[in-house]
Amino acid sequence: MNALAWLTQFLEVLAALVLAPLFLGWVNACRAWLQNRRAPSVLLPYHGIRKLFHKDAVIAERASPLFRLAPYVVFGAMVAAAAVIPSMGTGLPFRSAADAIALVGLLAIARAFMSLAAMDIGTAFGTLGARREMMVGFLAEPALLMVIFVASLLSATTALPLIAERLAVQDLALYPSLAFTAVAFTMVLLAENARIPVDNPATHLELTMIHEAMLLEYSARHLALMEWAAALKLFNYACIGFALFVPWGASIGETGIGALALSLPALLGKLGVAGLWLALLETVSAKLRVFRAPEFMATAFMFAVLGLLVHLLLGA
Amino acid sequence: MAPIDSPLTLSLALLACWAVVGAVGLLRPHSVALVRRVLFPLGALIGVGLAIVAALSLAEPVEHATLHVGLPDLPMHVRLDNLSRVFLALLGSASAGVSLFAAGYFRKGEGTAPGVLGLQYHLFLASMGFVLVADDAYAFMVAWETMALTSYFLVTAQHGIPEIRSAGFLYLLMAHVGAIAILLSFGILQGGTWLFSFDAMRASTLSTPWATAAFLLALFGFGAKAGLLPLHVWLPEAHPAAPSPVSALMSGVMLKTAIYGVLRVTFDLIGDPLWWWGLIPLALGLATAIFGVVFAAVQTDMKRLLAYSSVENIGVLFTGIGLAIVFHGVGMTELAALALIAVLYHSLNHAFMKSLLFLGTGAVLHATGERNLGRLGGLIHRMPWAAWLTLVGVLAIAGLPPLNGFVSEWLLLQTFLFSHEVPQPFVNMLLPLGAAIVALAAALAGYVMVKFFGIVFLGQPRESSLAVAHDVDGFEKAGLVWLAIGCVLLGLLPSQVIHALGAATGQLIGAAPNLAGQSWWMLAPLTERDVSYAPLVLLAVIVAVIAATFLIVRVVYRRPVRRAPTWDCGFGHLDPRMQDTAEGFGQPIRHIFVSFFEMERDLPSPLDQAPRYRVKVSDRFWQGVYLPIAALLARAANSVAWLQQGRISVYLTYSFITLVVLLAVML
Repeated sequence: MNALAWLTQFLEVLAALVLAPLFLGWVNACRAWLQNRRAPSVLLPYHGIRKLFHKDAVIAERASPLFRLAPYVVFGAMVAAAAVIPSMGTGLPFRSAADAIALVGLLAIARAFMSLAAMDIGTAFGTLGARREMMVGFLAEPALLMVIFVASLLSATTALPLIAERLAVQDLALYPSLAFTAVAFTMVLLAENARIPVDNPATHLELTMIHEAMLLEYSARHLALMEWAAALKLFNYACIGFALFVPWGASIGETGIGALALSLPALLGKLGVAGLWLALLETVSAKLRVFRAPEFMATAFMFAVLGLLVHLLLGA
Repeated sequence: MAPIDSPLTLSLALLACWAVVGAVGLLRPHSVALVRRVLFPLGALIGVGLAIVAALSLAEPVEHATLHVGLPDLPMHVRLDNLSRVFLALLGSASAGVSLFAAGYFRKGEGTAPGVLGLQYHLFLASMGFVLVADDAYAFMVAWETMALTSYFLVTAQHGIPEIRSAGFLYLLMAHVGAIAILLSFGILQGGTWLFSFDAMRASTLSTPWATAAFLLALFGFGAKAGLLPLHVWLPEAHPAAPSPVSALMSGVMLKTAIYGVLRVTFDLIGDPLWWWGLIPLALGLATAIFGVVFAAVQTDMKRLLAYSSVENIGVLFTGIGLAIVFHGVGMTELAALALIAVLYHSLNHAFMKSLLFLGTGAVLHATGERNLGRLGGLIHRMPWAAWLTLVGVLAIAGLPPLNGFVSEWLLLQTFLFSHEVPQPFVNMLLPLGAAIVALAAALAGYVMVKFFGIVFLGQPRESSLAVAHDVDGFEKAGLVWLAIGCVLLGLLPSQVIHALGAATGQLIGAAPNLAGQSWWMLAPLTERDVSYAPLVLLAVIVAVIAATFLIVRVVYRRPVRRAPTWDCGFGHLDPRMQDTAEGFGQPIRHIFVSFFEMERDLPSPLDQAPRYRVKVSDRFWQGVYLPIAALLARAANSVAWLQQGRISVYLTYSFITLVVLLAVML
C-alpha cells in the first residue's frame, strides 16, 4: 500500500463525482443528435444539480426522517461503490473491503432505500414507482451477479479490480462466455439506470414511469443528491462494464504515475464511446410496456446463466 | 461424571433453571405481574448465561456425562461438543432477546393463564437445549417430543379460536410424522447392535443402502420440522397462530434444532456421507428457497409473510448443507468446512433477524390489533422505536451489507464459485447454476422485505384507528435492541464469528478455514482466491461519505426546509386507499410466477356499480399432495369403521377372539 495507490483511489472517486453528470449530459446530447434534435449542452446536468442545491427544500407534511435520510444513504452507497470499481487503476486500497458481490450489495442498499423513501409519503405514484423498481431490481440483481460470476470463474477471484487486472494481462482472446454476459450486462445496465426500453428518463408519463415516480416528492438538495446519485449509478455501471469487458487503458497493477496519468484520457475515450453506444441503443429500441419489462429482465438473466453454462462447458 | 464447574454441568444446570423458573409460575398461575416482571427477565438472564458458557467453552474438549434420571436401567447420555456449543450459544443469545420482549408482551390474561404459559415457554426453551446436548436416541427423542408438545401448547395459547386450534393440530401432526421418521432413522443407525447411544451409532458401520436410508429418513424427519418442501405447510399456519414471542422462538430457534439434527446425523453419526446424497438437500433447498420467497411476496398477513420468508431461509440452509455434503464426499474438505460455516453462520443470523422481525410484528399487533397488511401503514410516526429497530432486521434479512445477512450469503456464493471443481462430470456444470437460484432468492427477499416494511411502517395509515397506536414499552424495547445489536455485530465482526464456528467444523469434519495472520477486521477465508470483505471499513466509508455530504450540504447551501402538503397533481383528494395494498405490491410477482400459485380471482366488470376485486392465492401443495393424502386416510378409516359397533358385547367378542388367536399362536 503506497502513496500511488491512495492517489489512484482518491482520483478515482473524484473522477466519478465530477465525470458522472458529464457522462449523463453526453448520453443525452448523443441521443438528441441521433434523433435529429438540437442537443442540450453536455453541461446541463451540472446546471441542474447546482440549481437544485440553491433552492429551499419542500418536504411533504407526512414525511418521516427516513425520507430525509434516504438521499444521503443512496448517494453514500453510490460513492462507496465508485471506490471499488477500477475505472482508472486497479491498485485500489479499498478493494480489500468490498468485492464484486459486496458491490452488488451496495447497489441493492441504494435501491432499497430509494424504494422505501418512495413509499414513505404514501402517494399512488410513490408506491407504484417503488413496486416497479423492486420488480426490475429483483431480476437485474441476480443477472448482474451471474455476469460477475462468469468473470470471476475466468479470473479466479471476485474482487473487481483483480478481475480487471487478470483479464487485462491475458492474451487477447475472445471468450464466448463473456460475449453472452456482455449482452446480459448491457440489458441490466439499461434496466437498472431507467433507460429505454424499460423506463424513459425523459418523461413523467404515469403509465411508464419507474425511476421518476419515486423522486416526485423530492425537491432542492435532496433531489439534487438523488439525481447526482443516479448519474453516479450510470457512471458506475459503465465502469463495471469497462472493468469486465474492456479493462485495457486503466493503470494495471503498480505501474507508476505515468500509467495513471494516461488512464484518464483512456477512461474519457471509453466513456465517450459507451455514451454513444447507449444513445444508439436507446434510439433504435422502443419503450416496452411495463408488463413486458420482466420478460426483458428474465432474458438478461437467462443470457447471464447461459454465459455461465457456456463457460462451464467450454472452459472459456 | 463431569466436574461441577465444567461447561457441561453448567449448561445442564442452566437448562434445569429454565424448567424451575417455568415451574415457579405455577405457584400463582393467574398473576401476570409475576410472570412478566420476574420470570421472563430471569429466563432472559439464564439465556445470556447459557450463551456465555457455550461460547467460552468452544476451545475445550468434548465432554460426556450420564444422567441417571427417568426410567430405571435407561440412563440418559449427554455430551457437549462444539456443534452443540454453537447451537446452545444461538439458543441462549437469541432467546434472551425474545424473553426480554416477552416480559413486556404478555399483558392481560388472554387464552392460557400466564403462569401456565410461562411454564410452557420455559420448558420449551429447556427442551430445545436438551435436544442439543442429548447423546442417545432415547434422551434425544424425549427432548424432541417435549419440544414439540410444549410448542404445540404455546401455539394454541389462544385456544378459544377455532383456526388456531386447527393450525395447532396441523403443526402437531407434522411434528409427529417427522418424529417417526427420525426414530426410524435412529433405528437404522444402531446397525444391529441394539445400543441406542450416539457413541454406538458412531462406531457402527452401515452398508451403503442402509446408510442412505438412514440419511433420507433423517432428512425427511428434520425437514418436516424445518419446513423443507413439501413439508413446509405447517409453518405459514402455525406462526401466525402463535403469540409473537413464540413465533419468534419457533422460527428463530426451533427450526435451527432441525438443522442441528441434520448436521449431527449426517456428519457425526453416519460420519462419511456419500457425495451424491448432497444433491438431494441441495435440490430441495433451492426449490424451497424460491418457493418460499415467491409465496412470501404475495402474502397479505404480516406473520404469514415472515413464515414463508423462514421457509426461504431454511431452503438456503439446506442448500448449504447439500453443498457441504457434496464437497465432503469428494474429499474437498476445506470447501465443505466453508459451506458448513455458511450454514452455521446463516443459522445464527436467521435466529437474530427473524426473531427481531417477528417481535416487530408483535409490537405492531399489540399496538393495533391488526395482522393484515391491508389495514396498517404509517406506523413509523407512531412507533419510531419499533419501526427503526425492525428496519435493522429488514435490511439484514434482505442481505444488504454491512449487516449480518449479507455475510452468510457472501460465504455461500463464494462456496458456489468453487463448485465447478467437483470431479464429477455434469454435476460440476449444474452445481454453479445453483448460485443463480440463490442470487435470485436473495434479490426476491429484498423485494419481500421492502414490501413488508414499506406497507407496515411507511406511507399513510390505512385505518383511522392506527392514529392511537402506541410504541413499545421498556422490556419490549430492550428485547428488540438486543436482537438488533446482534444483527449488527454478527455483520460487522465476521472473522471472529467464523473463527468460533471453525471450532465446530473442525470437530465435525476435521477442517476449518485458516484465518491465521489476518487482520481482525477483515474476512478472507479463501487465501488462494485473494478475495476479502471488510464490513467495518465499508461501513466507515459509507458513514464518512454520508456525514461529509451532510456537512457540506449544510454548510455551503444553508437553505431552509419547508413542510407542505403532499403534491396531489391538482386532484385534491389524496387518501390512503390510493397507496398500494399488499396485494398490489405483490402483483408483479403474481404475474411473473403465475404457475407457482393456485389462484382464484374475481375481476369486476368496468360497468359494475359496486365493484369488488377479490384474489385468493393458495399453495398448490395442498391440492396436489396433502388433500389427496387426507382423502386416502379418510377412506381407509372409513373402510375399517365397521369394526366400531359401539356395543360392549361386540368389543368383548373382539377381546375373546384375540385371546383365542394368541393362544393358538403360542401353542
